[in-house]
Amino acid sequence: MAHVNDNIKAYKGFRSITLMCLAVLYAPLLIVTIYSFNASQSITNWEGISLRWYADVFTGPESEKFKVAAFNSFTIAIIAATASTTIATLAATAMVRGGNFKLRTVSFGLISLPLMVPEIVTAVATLIFFNAIGFTRGYMTILVAHIAFCIPFAYLPISARMQGIEDSFEQAAMDLYATKRQAFTKILMPLMAPGIISGFLLAFIVSLDDFIITNFVKGAGVETLPTAIFGSVKQGIKPNIMAISTMLLSVSIVMVTISYFVSKSDNTK
Amino acid sequence: MPSNKTDAIDVRNAVKRYGDFTALKRISLTIKDNEFFTLLGPSGCGKTTLLRMIAGFEDVTEGEILLYGDEIEKLPPHQRPVNTVFQNYALFPHMTILDNVAFGLEMRGKSKADARKRAGEMLELVQLSQFAARKPSQLSGGQQQRVALARALAPQPKVLLLDEPLSALDLKLRKAMQLELKHLQRETGITFIFVTHDQEEALTMSDRIAVMSAGEMQQLGTPTEIYEQPRNMFVADFIGETNLLEVSVDQVMNGRATCHLGGGHALTCNSVDGIGEGAKVHMSVRPERLFMSDAPVEAESLKGRVAENIFVGTDISTLVDLAEGPQFIVRTSNSDRGNKRIFEPGSEIFVNMELGAGRLLMD
Repeated sequence: MAHVNDNIKAYKGFRSITLMCLAVLYAPLLIVTIYSFNASQSITNWEGISLRWYADVFTGPESEKFKVAAFNSFTIAIIAATASTTIATLAATAMVRGGNFKLRTVSFGLISLPLMVPEIVTAVATLIFFNAIGFTRGYMTILVAHIAFCIPFAYLPISARMQGIEDSFEQAAMDLYATKRQAFTKILMPLMAPGIISGFLLAFIVSLDDFIITNFVKGAGVETLPTAIFGSVKQGIKPNIMAISTMLLSVSIVMVTISYFVSKSDNTK
Repeated sequence: MPSNKTDAIDVRNAVKRYGDFTALKRISLTIKDNEFFTLLGPSGCGKTTLLRMIAGFEDVTEGEILLYGDEIEKLPPHQRPVNTVFQNYALFPHMTILDNVAFGLEMRGKSKADARKRAGEMLELVQLSQFAARKPSQLSGGQQQRVALARALAPQPKVLLLDEPLSALDLKLRKAMQLELKHLQRETGITFIFVTHDQEEALTMSDRIAVMSAGEMQQLGTPTEIYEQPRNMFVADFIGETNLLEVSVDQVMNGRATCHLGGGHALTCNSVDGIGEGAKVHMSVRPERLFMSDAPVEAESLKGRVAENIFVGTDISTLVDLAEGPQFIVRTSNSDRGNKRIFEPGSEIFVNMELGAGRLLMD
């Protein structure tokens, strides 16, 4: 056989395509982060390092609006992530441990379908649904919508983790005089914990930065951070937006990092 | 039937069906107190299903299971005073070895301190005290096996169920564990029900063996009975190596049956109830109960030609083609070479059968 060079680096254009992808993905984030420390009023001229726009976020003319929006965003994210993780954990237990029940494949499809449906469709549908049942738009509508669309995000890491846990562990626990409930709390839950935590963090992030659905189902005057930022940007981009975006970005990075290490961590070693 | 409080397990007409498939076809058997009992059979014979029914992981479709006289077949697993050693051990990976062993005791209501104390003693019994603080993944397969054993024995179950616990170990370790299991059973006085597909393992360890196939019990008996007096073709073939010969029974008299096989060769063996004159049945002859000679030593010596000698360590197996008949395997122990001869391939020889070596088989 002829020598086959399967080293991907040897392909023509490998380096340029890679660099282009990285640039398109990360250059904007990098620029926003750098310019959030700009001392200038302008968003394009660099005039030296300063934290004035961070101060502006907390004390400036728009600070009150951002504070309320941040409060809404974080409380909604925490409640939605908690609720959706709980539901997803139960769903995963039923799906993975429920044997081969009828409509199992259908159930799995129904749980994960929202990941593939265009978000705008979900947004419009949710809005119509709330209108139809006469649910006044506001904080609660955002919360309910977030709980719903966070479920598949929480479900995936939890069920992936659970599929790796043999059911003989629970059988062994019950064989050793544990009730079904004790087998779940003492054996299955601790083994699932990394999946549950990473499902929670994923749901939290997804809720925190959701814009489209939130924008549709929020009532007048109720803002989350993404909708508040969008509102501000409509009146022109000011450097304080870059500061607030950078802060959101750091929250995301921290969450994703925790999620990564938790899913890697193993309480069995 | 009256319930017997002294029998460890009494399985009565147990049937297990999965939809249209019948995994167990009306099994009845009694396992005595303090017995090392083995369920032996090929995969899919229903032995593990029966074990899991005793443990409570499978429903009983029909029939009853009694544990020292009490019906248990409807109790959930955690209410049955039996413990299981799982095939893959199923040690809780997030707990230390000590906590694993203490788990059953704690679930039974012992205080954490008491449970750990007793767990420590169990680990001593299986010589793993120094590993108490480790996690299961830090132990070797053999060590995990012993932890699983300690964990299942710690709550002092009335019956210990072992589901092919040695199958993942290498040969040497398996042999050592066989002895250790046997000693543990004697020391603790707990009834062991052991499931295996390895007939040698079953013969080595068991007080009694139930040979199973296709959801039915083929024979129940001591290892010697199972090996020397197999009831049917399946048992004779499954346990050990044997020569299975198609024979016709010519005469039954005074407990002896005179038979002939193809090529006009005649053979005499002990008669079996239910097999009369004219029956066409199979005869089983263990290869180690045959010997070869260069001249006929009795009227029933079978003429043949040596095809091949196979060296198997302690023995030599010789394949002999009978004149107008089947091929025989003759096994000669290397320690017996003074009395018994080995012939070169191609030699014309006679195969002789020890008295009572042939066994007629039902079906």
